[in-house]
Amino acid sequence: MMELVKKIDRVILAEFGSSKELLQAAEKMRDAGYKEFDCHSPFLIHGMDAAMGLKRSPLGYIVFAFASLGLLGALGLQYWTSAVDYPLVISGKPFFSGPAFVPIVFALTILTAAITAVVGMIVINRLPRLRHPLFSSDRFGKFSDDSFFISVESSDKKYNEAHTAGFLKTIGGQNIEILKDE
Amino acid sequence: MADLAQTETKTLKEPAHHERLITGEPSFEHVTDSVSSIVESKTPKAWWVLFGISSSATLLLLVAIAYLFWEGIGIWGLNVPVAWGLAIVNLVFWIGIGHAGTLISAVLFLLRQRWRTSINRFAEAMTIFAVICALIFPAIHVGRIWVVYYVFPIPNQMGVWPNFRSPLLWDVFAFGTYFTVSLLFWYVGLIPDLATLRERATNRIKKIVYGVLSLGWYGGNKQWKHYEMAYLILAAIATPLVLSVHSIVSMDFAVSLLPGWHTTIFPPYFVAGAIFSGFAMVMTLAILARATFGLKDIFNMRVLERMNLIMLVTGSMVGYAYAMEFFIAWYSGNEYEMFAFVNRAFGPYAWAYWIMISCNVIVPQFFWSKKLRTNIAFMFIASILINIGMWFERFVIVVTLSRDYLPSAWGYYTPTFWDIAILIGSFGLFFSLFLLFLRFLPMVAMSEVKGVLPQADPHYAGNKQTYSQAVR
Repeated sequence: MMELVKKIDRVILAEFGSSKELLQAAEKMRDAGYKEFDCHSPFLIHGMDAAMGLKRSPLGYIVFAFASLGLLGALGLQYWTSAVDYPLVISGKPFFSGPAFVPIVFALTILTAAITAVVGMIVINRLPRLRHPLFSSDRFGKFSDDSFFISVESSDKKYNEAHTAGFLKTIGGQNIEILKDE
Repeated sequence: MADLAQTETKTLKEPAHHERLITGEPSFEHVTDSVSSIVESKTPKAWWVLFGISSSATLLLLVAIAYLFWEGIGIWGLNVPVAWGLAIVNLVFWIGIGHAGTLISAVLFLLRQRWRTSINRFAEAMTIFAVICALIFPAIHVGRIWVVYYVFPIPNQMGVWPNFRSPLLWDVFAFGTYFTVSLLFWYVGLIPDLATLRERATNRIKKIVYGVLSLGWYGGNKQWKHYEMAYLILAAIATPLVLSVHSIVSMDFAVSLLPGWHTTIFPPYFVAGAIFSGFAMVMTLAILARATFGLKDIFNMRVLERMNLIMLVTGSMVGYAYAMEFFIAWYSGNEYEMFAFVNRAFGPYAWAYWIMISCNVIVPQFFWSKKLRTNIAFMFIASILINIGMWFERFVIVVTLSRDYLPSAWGYYTPTFWDIAILIGSFGLFFSLFLLFLRFLPMVAMSEVKGVLPQADPHYAGNKQTYSQAVR
């Protein structure tokens, strides 16, 4: 597992004109062997995972595991309180009333799944992250409006400031910037 | 997600022939500007007027609740035989309103109904505020508010646990889950848009607040990948949840043994009614917001018409359920069951019954006409009538209690001033929260709307430049 906050010293940032250009540039970055790069866009671009050579998010499995625990926990809670800790005859129903326990089992399973999905997403994305070399760029803020960027982190094995910047230029990048953590 | 995305691009028609989901072909920047500027511009006078009215009503709610705690639930019109009054009517009404938001955000997302992007943020906010209003009622109706923790799975002073076989306890878990999941869903959807507001913020306070709330989002695809998966999972689990919540609400009635309540049709009938009323509320709010903030490209006629069609479908389902209840009451041959229904339609509460029928069964049928379902004034009035009708549906169900097996015990339930004050107050709270939302958060999911614009598609064939390219 990666460390909680990864130190990023330097980032090369290049701007692209459209989602189409960004996707094509991502494919070229992938083919050139870059790994520690990211494509920034104002919205999710379908097909970008394949273009960047990324694997499917593991979040689904994590959520399934925790939701299963939620299910067992809810069942255990109702069984233990109604049949073990303080069994009480109510309307002559059995202590362990299976069907009557279903709604709460269902609700708590959903609840754990939802919390795991959101917390899991935040943790995997290593958020909140309020400090990043990218935020020192004046142009980068437009990623959330209408601009498309590729950033390459200095931790990439193929990272070479002059060479990488030149490569980004040849694949259509504009306004290339080298950003440092201030 | 990648698999789904690929299937989608393969199965959809040529991207160039995509139906225009957002009219007027705006640029990405236009979407950002038109939505963000609502939050950034000076507060309009109309907002203060509306907020003044709704916050005064909220104050009424607080006073009514304070008096209730001081004096006890005797201030309400509750008595035997009608021991459940407006508190449960309002609870079911508000929870039902919320359902449209979840339906729009989750079910329509899974069904790839991409027109939902215009209204989903808006509708999700409505869900959260409606659920907040709903949750007030079970909390305050207990009478002895200081022991409200009895509803949570905590043993009391004698070590006794709550009864997990009771629908009232199911409610606690269903509502708690529903509120949490709706809030998480809404927040996850907000993160990219909060980042937009952060980048546009002009003063330091805004920058810090939006910066912290957006968690430092920078729109990288490595973030989007997990984000989209989380969103998909939330949609997938919220879908059965939305169907279950109102089913569990209906079991508060259906699990009892009362004629008129003890019916198996209740869960699906309640869910259809919830979606019906919720869409009507989204429609009311969307028309008002569209008129006030000039978002006619985003809340366009195509979206409004589809919402009307959903109301037509769910309204017809509700009408069918009313008819089927009557039929089953007759077919059962059970005279108490038959009496309960004849009494609803022709007894002392016939006025409420016929308001319900006119608003819920007749009004949506007008949407068969294309002319009427594309008429803003008509759909606005219809949406309000439907909300009135759906409130009365719950009222009619609850006042079935007024005439049970023993004629000497019959009674007539009349809400008191404090009943009505809490109802009005709950509307005040709802609108106050909604106005605050309109003022401080983007009311349209900008990143999602941009994603359905034709130029967002990486295979977009057109030569249209985005605005920023043109000025570069």
